[in-house]
Amino acid sequence: MTNTMAGGTAVEEKTEAAAENRKVKLEIKDMAKKYDNGDGVEHINLKVYEGEIVTFLGPSGCGKSTILRAIGGFADVTSGDILIDGKSIVNLAPENRPTAMVFQSYNLWPHMTIYENLAFGLKLRKIPKKTIDEDIKKMLALVSMSGTEKKYPSQLSGGQQQRIAIARSLLLKPSLLLLDEPFSALDAKIRQQMREELKRIQSELGITVIFVTHDQEEAMAISHRIVVMNKGKFDQVGTPDEIYDNPATLHVASFIGEMNFIKQNETTLAVRPEDLTVTEGQGDMEGTVSTVMLMGHYVLMTAKVGDDMVKCFVNREIGNKLEEGKIVNLKIGKHTQFPMSA
Amino acid sequence: MFKMLNPRRFYHAVGRRKFLEFILLAVFILFFYGPLLNMLMLAFANEYTVPNVLPTEWGFDWWRYVFGQDSLVSSMIQSFVVAITTTVISMIFCIPAAYSIARFKYRGRKVFMLSFLLTNAFPKLGIYTSIAVLFYRYGLMGTYPGVIIIHMINSMMFMVWLPSSAFRNVHRQQEEAARDVGAGPVRTFFKVTLPMAMPGIAVATLYTFLGSMEEAQGTMLVGLAQIQTMPVAMYGIVLDSSAVQIGAVFALLLIIPSAVLIFAMRKFIGPEAIAGGFKMN
Repeated sequence: MTNTMAGGTAVEEKTEAAAENRKVKLEIKDMAKKYDNGDGVEHINLKVYEGEIVTFLGPSGCGKSTILRAIGGFADVTSGDILIDGKSIVNLAPENRPTAMVFQSYNLWPHMTIYENLAFGLKLRKIPKKTIDEDIKKMLALVSMSGTEKKYPSQLSGGQQQRIAIARSLLLKPSLLLLDEPFSALDAKIRQQMREELKRIQSELGITVIFVTHDQEEAMAISHRIVVMNKGKFDQVGTPDEIYDNPATLHVASFIGEMNFIKQNETTLAVRPEDLTVTEGQGDMEGTVSTVMLMGHYVLMTAKVGDDMVKCFVNREIGNKLEEGKIVNLKIGKHTQFPMSA
Repeated sequence: MFKMLNPRRFYHAVGRRKFLEFILLAVFILFFYGPLLNMLMLAFANEYTVPNVLPTEWGFDWWRYVFGQDSLVSSMIQSFVVAITTTVISMIFCIPAAYSIARFKYRGRKVFMLSFLLTNAFPKLGIYTSIAVLFYRYGLMGTYPGVIIIHMINSMMFMVWLPSSAFRNVHRQQEEAARDVGAGPVRTFFKVTLPMAMPGIAVATLYTFLGSMEEAQGTMLVGLAQIQTMPVAMYGIVLDSSAVQIGAVFALLLIIPSAVLIFAMRKFIGPEAIAGGFKMN
């Protein structure tokens, strides 16, 4: 355990050191946004570096969208400051900010064709028509939607509409791309595909992206860094690895991935199902097998330890020997320790 | 082929349920279109006496009579002037009101919406006479502004309710997306919100125009025979002579603008557009 913790700190130091050489794109300084009913966020401090995908992750109502809307200009901040490229933007109207936002749904204007949707912002910037045509062609190719210029949004599927919305934002060459749960209205399969595509586009263009989601799997898959939020506060900021391996709070531990919580003396141990192993030798505790389920290339076993249920991912070789009611020895591998009261 | 028209044969061919449905439909059509057909027939009947079912002489005599009246052309012009002005002024007042109801939450919003029902709940004649008292004081009797105000009172409910539901159906994200790509609030309204709410607004405008075209009660009372729209002129001519055919001819004339407009806007007019206007939240 000591080993793991030390490893975690080393990783953090390394990322901090690397960060210093990079340019700060977005800086949020002690920002607060309070709603009349008392909800909202406060003491928000964050630096986002150029070319990063940073995800705000948390349950609904945790304030992640509020921060994104404050950056985009759709919510005024109560106090604090937001800087993009070193310049404060809090007093700018949304149309004057160097940000571009993609919403969960209803991004496109149904009375305009795809071309008109994409050209709307460019025309406002007085860009010559020829350049607009070329840019749109290139951008549609980038989002794999070539040839849809003359269609109307209603003729496209949900996933295709979101691609167009992302294309429209990218066409404006924003300093910062803001994505507010852009894939959560889509089917699981399309969502997977869109994540990959977003990652590809982001690395091709090197653009800085702030992503908001309540889907931890999505956050893990696309982010360089994740901000885990709970009740209007940051619980942890770190790379997906750090957050998965060294959750800072019990909330992070339970929110990200699968986790077993084992009470021992005055502490709670958080152990991933893959780090809890069934052993034939000396274990850390005993459990009674409750269910055994074949999940494909691995077996999911649940066992009763005292009053608690624990989950284990075991390989098929061991899985074949398990049966309900059998008493097994369990060994705790990598884990994080939290005080019992937390 | 005529054998199929035998009711017994028909009954057994289509089954009891279908047969009853057919009878019901036939009764409904007769009830609904019967008077219209009768009117159509009367308009082209030179001679028509009561015991006969069909006119004894067909022709265009009454059309000639109606078009021979001096008041007709002037009443047509007055009708259009009043209807168009009423529609334009209602749009100027009611569309912003509809937008504010759709977008902003403030106290008294629902009461404001329901208050439009009140003017429709009272007997119209009562309202008109009490308005007439006010109009006398301000010299509005027998003037265009007076008549137009009366017409607007009738159209307000449609003109606020329908567009406000249309505005509510424009998602906030769609407006925010326009702001995000660089459009100011005014441009966002005219390029995104208004075009998207257009179907609802078009239906409301149509109602206002048609309602104004056929309004007679209030126009007669407030217009004091100075303002003679087509329906008012119709009253006059019908009451002056005993020929029912004149009424039929006039009715057909009045249908023309309505039919043209409804045909032109048929895309927008549907049960959903109308039902949408009566949702309150």
